[in-house]
Amino acid sequence: MDYLNYLRQDKMPHIWCDGCGHGIILKSILRVVDQLGWEKNNIALVSGIGCSGRTPGYVDFNTLHTTHGRAISFATGLKLANPKLHVIVVSGDGDATAIGGNHFIHAARRNLDINLIVFNNNIYGMTGGQCSPTTKTTKKATTTPYGNPDSAFDISKLAEAAGASYVARSTTYHVAKLDKYIKDSFLTKGFSVVEAYSSCPTSYGKMNKETGKTGLQMLMYQKDNTVPLQKAQKMTQAQLEGKFITGVFVEKDKPDYTENYAKVIQTAKQQ
Amino acid sequence: MIIPNKNIKMMQGNIACAEAALAAGCNFFAGYPITPSSEIAEVLSKKLPIIGGNFIQMEDEIAAMGAVIGASLGGAKSLTATSGPGFSLKQENIGFAIMAETPTVIVNVQRGGPSTGLPTLSAQADVMQSRWGTHGDHSIIVICPSSVEETYYMTIKAFNLSEKYRTPVILLTDEIIGHLTEKIEIPDSSKLEIINRIKPDMNQKEYLPYKITDSLVPPMANFGEGYRYHVTGLAHDETGFPTNDPEKTTEMLMRLYNKIEKHRDDIVEVEEYNTDDMDTLIIAYGSTSRSAKRAIVNATKEGYKVGLLSLKTIWPFAEKEIENMAKKVDRIIVPEMNLGQIAHEVEWATRRAKPIIKINHINGEPITPNEILAYIKQGK
Amino acid sequence: MSFRYEIRLSGSGGQGLILVGKVLAEAAAIYEGLNATQSQSYGPEARGGASRSEVIISDGDIDYPKAENIDVLLALTQEACEKYVTELKDDGVLIVDSQMVKNIPEGKFQVVKIPIIQSASERLGKFIVANIIALGVIVKISEVVSIEAVKHAIKSRVPKGTEEINIKAFNEGITLAATWQNENL
Repeated sequence: MDYLNYLRQDKMPHIWCDGCGHGIILKSILRVVDQLGWEKNNIALVSGIGCSGRTPGYVDFNTLHTTHGRAISFATGLKLANPKLHVIVVSGDGDATAIGGNHFIHAARRNLDINLIVFNNNIYGMTGGQCSPTTKTTKKATTTPYGNPDSAFDISKLAEAAGASYVARSTTYHVAKLDKYIKDSFLTKGFSVVEAYSSCPTSYGKMNKETGKTGLQMLMYQKDNTVPLQKAQKMTQAQLEGKFITGVFVEKDKPDYTENYAKVIQTAKQQ
Repeated sequence: MIIPNKNIKMMQGNIACAEAALAAGCNFFAGYPITPSSEIAEVLSKKLPIIGGNFIQMEDEIAAMGAVIGASLGGAKSLTATSGPGFSLKQENIGFAIMAETPTVIVNVQRGGPSTGLPTLSAQADVMQSRWGTHGDHSIIVICPSSVEETYYMTIKAFNLSEKYRTPVILLTDEIIGHLTEKIEIPDSSKLEIINRIKPDMNQKEYLPYKITDSLVPPMANFGEGYRYHVTGLAHDETGFPTNDPEKTTEMLMRLYNKIEKHRDDIVEVEEYNTDDMDTLIIAYGSTSRSAKRAIVNATKEGYKVGLLSLKTIWPFAEKEIENMAKKVDRIIVPEMNLGQIAHEVEWATRRAKPIIKINHINGEPITPNEILAYIKQGK
Repeated sequence: MSFRYEIRLSGSGGQGLILVGKVLAEAAAIYEGLNATQSQSYGPEARGGASRSEVIISDGDIDYPKAENIDVLLALTQEACEKYVTELKDDGVLIVDSQMVKNIPEGKFQVVKIPIIQSASERLGKFIVANIIALGVIVKISEVVSIEAVKHAIKSRVPKGTEEINIKAFNEGITLAATWQNENL
């Protein structure tokens, strides 16, 4: 495939740093779009604020760069107003689960057919490396210089508990799986979440030595510390400390919001 | 007894707003329950599905504002309704709608504040919030009805202005009007003027979603119509893509400002009452203008010469009209349910050429005609 | 010169006074061709405590939509009577439920005491139609709208299947008021 066909080449170079994992996720999305043969006119890519938020600017779709944390709510209106659009939301860990946490869980509960891809790099990159809801306890950030006293969210489990139709997690190292999950999520009716572990060498890597400092080192860290879900289920909590658990957490065929709302319309018209 | 005319109804202000939204072509509502605006959502939850439109109760006020903007980009005519606390929460996304030039209508049925304030009682204290609630410099259209019938026509006007000028429009009503039931003749829909956004007619490659045109309002393509453009809350150029270029940023922000300010004559609406022979002018808006009118009726009987300038448009401010009217009188009375938000603008518009008497309530109770009458009598 | 007639209906939340207000306003506006406004108290007091509903009827424009010089005040509780009597005109009428309102506030207004709630339970077997009995009393005493217009408004407003009992209650109110007029005027 020709990636350039999907990119707004005049918007290059992009703003992502050397070694950032976000470009890997973007390529994965574009490969899936290409495989599915989706028409560019029928795709809307919606984002919030942050490094992930800049993604829409680079792709040749209908693109919407909203306010911080609110991408899902804009996407909800857009999808309802024009159900023919494939609505993809890209969001960072802070955007999706801190400021946008309420929209995230309610979108999963509502189960409208929107595809959310969370670029999870455990940090606020754009604003200079502050801790996020997925920064683990004791880890450092520019706002946790003595180590993070907070606990981290598990984004996939959060999506699962809130009722999403499809939830899966991969990493920017495990790209083949990432492609598969994104593709399956795009084909699932209802709200889907693909959590993609990304890496931020500029902020996270610099402050937390165990992951390595360069993009390549951080990718290798993902490789060495990833445990597939099936294997993880046989391991103890202690053994799983610091590991990335990847795999498909939810894959359900259940009525989505549009189906339920169609029934509302039907009932309303009969009365 | 007469034979009833089926178009004449006793209708509540909030319900008239919902009915008018449908008449204006509204097919999308997103909201969150809040007193005293909830009847608007309730009526639309019942009626929108019947026409195949979307009603969605969102998880919060912020999401509701996001959803109406998203829906507008998807081609819908969208509406949200709220009151004080919810209006505060919506402000960031209202700024987005201004910046991204997305038509949508926001109803704020004002109640007492600050904070939770007086949820079931009236106020007019969001005059300045409606002007400056979102951060950054900008212009905005805010219109204000004083009766159920006006609520109907002004809701339609709000949609028309939002589509015509590609901008969010705020219908600033209040608890008294929102919850008042009065007589209204529902107009034949064929007699209503309905304005829809201008669509691009050039090909995709030539389309500039934020082009500087003579009208200052560029055509708007809906997502999915073949014009793949970029929408952002960042400062952007004609293409819609972000820019930090000082010249382009100024150009774009000035266009956003001027597309409203330069069309103020098309937007601003005032109503005069008893202004032919007066020495005292009352400037009022919303429910308070009705108290003023009654006070004038009573004052006239007693020989006082008082006129009323009722502001139907709050922003852009009716500066010119007020300045002209002020020349004809000795003094101006401004009754309002806040501590002088419009009075301050009147002082500015008239350069304090005439004494301005403020009558203010912040306790949820309406300003009564007798209170205004007492001020009319003072010093005359 | 146009007339302006102000009615305030007061009692406690749940007594159905909002419906009475709406029926009166519709009778005037839709069936008599007059102007009318109707407003009410909202929030906690509407669900208990002293609540009110107001109707203004005029053959001209109604500018100020709230009651300020009340022609008729209905009070179904003592609390409401005391709270809302203040704007009653000197030549106005205070209609009270004679069982519920024992202490009549002082004033030059006329006082009409009628056992409205008791009549609803004893004569119609339905406590909940007390509001419509009160409507009948108001219409008979005030004569601001015709009985015929109110009957039409009742039928269009009350839940389907309850038209008969409500019309009966309305007639009962008219009879009670007529009896009071015969005995007192």
